[in-house]
Amino acid sequence: MAKHESNEAFFWILFSAGGMLAALFIPMQLFLFGIAFPLGWLHAPTYDNLMALVRMPLVRAYLFVLCSLPLFHWAHRFRYTLYDGLKVKHLNEVIFVLCYGGATLGTIVAAYLLWTIR
Amino acid sequence: MPVATQATIKSPPQYTEFHPRWYRPKVSVYWWLGERHYLKFILRELSSVFVAWFVIETLMLINALHRGPDAYAQFLQTMQNPLLIILNIISMFFVVFHTITWFNLAPSATPVRMGGKRLPDAMIAGPAYVAWIVISAFICWLVLR
Repeated sequence: MAKHESNEAFFWILFSAGGMLAALFIPMQLFLFGIAFPLGWLHAPTYDNLMALVRMPLVRAYLFVLCSLPLFHWAHRFRYTLYDGLKVKHLNEVIFVLCYGGATLGTIVAAYLLWTIR
Repeated sequence: MPVATQATIKSPPQYTEFHPRWYRPKVSVYWWLGERHYLKFILRELSSVFVAWFVIETLMLINALHRGPDAYAQFLQTMQNPLLIILNIISMFFVVFHTITWFNLAPSATPVRMGGKRLPDAMIAGPAYVAWIVISAFICWLVLR
């Protein structure tokens, strides 16, 4: 039981760190790349300019954290939305594995891409 | 009489199968549609789906950069798909909703005490909003410069 509780705390820290990152950083980035550039309101940065940014270790670390932690934030919230909201309780273990497995997979993909980008 | 006593002792007492049942009223799957607060709660929780969608788009962008200039041009082209733009506008609403509800909940989640008194909520939520504006302006400058 004690182990279970400490796991909960660990996942909750990932959840809240991801929630904070998402709250502070995602809206502007989503607005630029998802709305403003596609609609032509602003000019998208050139490949070279964007790569110059991504080559900076700090930017890469930032992008890695921005991909990973918000996914764990999603995993936590989505798990409980299915549990409480849609009352899918009999599939609890499957949902747990799918949510945190998805977040882990996204983290690995982000790590691989950002580590090998040149 | 002794026969009767013997009989009562020999035959084991008969218990009926009885499981106490908790009183659990059936709650509809759509319980959150009834009240505004419940709906707000579910929408707030669902905002995480759009957060995850943003991460997928970001991974697509990084993957395009990884593959080279042509893939990046292709990515920008793909993002112009009207369906994606509509999805991203919806995502934008949810993500901003997440930010506002997150900042407004922060004082309750992490109450700060100073001099034995709890800091007013605005003293915690306020700086978060300021940080949001500063960070957003910085991202804008960094990407567009």
